[in-house]
Amino acid sequence: MNFISEVWLLAERQYRSLRRQPWWIAISLAQPIVYVLFYSQLFSRMTELPGFPAGSYLEFLTPGIIVMSALYSASFSGMGVLFDLERGVLDRFLVAPISRGAILGGRLCEGALTNMFQSLLLLGLGMLMGARYHGGVTGVLLMLVSAMLLALPIGALSGALALSTRKRETIFAATNFLLLPLVMLSPTFMAPTLMPSWMQTLAKFNPVGWAVTSARAGLAGQVHLHTVAWPLARLLLFAALALWASRQALKRYQRTA
Amino acid sequence: MVTAFRAPYYDIITMATPSTSIPAGSEASTATPAIRVKALAKAYPGNRKALDGLSFEAAAGTVFALLGPNGAGKSTTIKILTTLIRADAGEAQLLDVDVIRQPQEARRLFGCVAQRSGTDAALSARENLIIQGRLHRIPKLQARERMDELLARFRLTEAADKVVSSFSGGMQRKLDLALGLMHRPKILFLDEPTTGLDPEARAELWRDIGDLARAGTTILLTTHYLEEADRLAARVAIVDKGRVVAEGPPEVLKASLNGDSVHFELEADAVEAAVRQALASVEGSHGLVCDRRSVRIRVTHGASALPRLINALEAAGIKVASATVARPTLDDVYLQFAGRSLRGTNGDSL
Repeated sequence: MNFISEVWLLAERQYRSLRRQPWWIAISLAQPIVYVLFYSQLFSRMTELPGFPAGSYLEFLTPGIIVMSALYSASFSGMGVLFDLERGVLDRFLVAPISRGAILGGRLCEGALTNMFQSLLLLGLGMLMGARYHGGVTGVLLMLVSAMLLALPIGALSGALALSTRKRETIFAATNFLLLPLVMLSPTFMAPTLMPSWMQTLAKFNPVGWAVTSARAGLAGQVHLHTVAWPLARLLLFAALALWASRQALKRYQRTA
Repeated sequence: MVTAFRAPYYDIITMATPSTSIPAGSEASTATPAIRVKALAKAYPGNRKALDGLSFEAAAGTVFALLGPNGAGKSTTIKILTTLIRADAGEAQLLDVDVIRQPQEARRLFGCVAQRSGTDAALSARENLIIQGRLHRIPKLQARERMDELLARFRLTEAADKVVSSFSGGMQRKLDLALGLMHRPKILFLDEPTTGLDPEARAELWRDIGDLARAGTTILLTTHYLEEADRLAARVAIVDKGRVVAEGPPEVLKASLNGDSVHFELEADAVEAAVRQALASVEGSHGLVCDRRSVRIRVTHGASALPRLINALEAAGIKVASATVARPTLDDVYLQFAGRSLRGTNGDSL
């Protein structure tokens, strides 16, 4: 059995356990839906700010919320790893003749697929409310890839945190203290040119910002080097580093099991 | 002469096995042992030495028990043999495959039932088994047949499609065992398999383990329950502080102690020297162990020696509150070789 089928098997396992808890998808979508539904209307007059790069705040916001939703869902991936660890399932997989990468990769793969589904749902909601995107199918694909290239590293890092600390509290603390600032320091809610300069600087180094920029530009059909290509390249590098970190965390777990 | 016996650690005291007690189905000692462990060492961060030169061999098709208190190194040994952690030093082989250098190959040879459950609580028993089968590279059709076979054998067919989180502890343990057996491994590791089970579930699991051994599976079992090791194992290795301090068939280990165990509860804490001196006069007594009010001593015929022992103590002014005589148990073997009682360290009532 090769690596791909091993990852697919464990992704399927992940999917089967999610399928028995369908409310999980609903809960993880609840907040993003509220943002698209209400926040977009509440702040619809943002477009009146001089220099705002879009005519409709709903159109502007939706890709941002899609990326934010991917961020939050992926950040809880570590909780699942922790459950598996405490339950003994992780050990059972570790003594099976499968590659070590597939053990963490299966969960990330399933997460990426669920994320795709959620992204399309949120996009559909935005479009139902009147948002129009000129990027076509390519644009949608670029949006999906952007969200996925954020979900993968965040999920991997969340898993690495779970393996290193083995405490629920650490994962909660990390998500509570880090995620919202990360979202604020990105163009999710506000056009980058209208952000205070110090925030603009920080946003340049923010993977969430890279994903939002790329998703938004892709959907709008503005596919250029600096709007799509560079951000995606940076995300790819970030993803590679995060996967390496989670592999290291697994090795450390095996040393101190 | 009664001497206080504090056992130095022996690497292996291998008891000579009379040919009649070699269990049926195991080849004689000339065949390759299924499990071979030599001088395993492992220290956890913080310099906690879990294993300090542990060695033993288990013959194919037998049940081999590692018996010892919590923290003795039994689980660490299983984790090393199942490739979960790496040993710092030493060798470990399963059916001639080097576990440390060829972990991926070794993983095809064994099944493992760990202390923690390992079942996927959110999936059904069927889903658990099928996924386990495919993890071990069993083709889908065969996996399905094997799954049905195991469900029937462990009487889980009725609950097969129910989610595992709804199972009782005993049922989850049975599913654990089924998962470990899914790929028909030649070697099965059981780490404290009956901990937390009620007596009925425990007896059932013992029956299953016995059946597996008779069918030719090599079983390495760790436990701190004396009765379990005594009843199930062809050979027992007593593990203490990361080493094997005694090893052999249970009957031979017990017989090696030469005599019954007499246990006195005194009315006041004992002064060891006084007790030793008092009992020095009683013929054939040895292996005195004193611990506050508890005095244990070995003597050839416990029942008939009892009056002499009590008289000797009372004559020395040491008041005896109660006395018991017992045939040797594995706890006595443990006491002999590790200098303390297995029962006492765990507080279990078996």
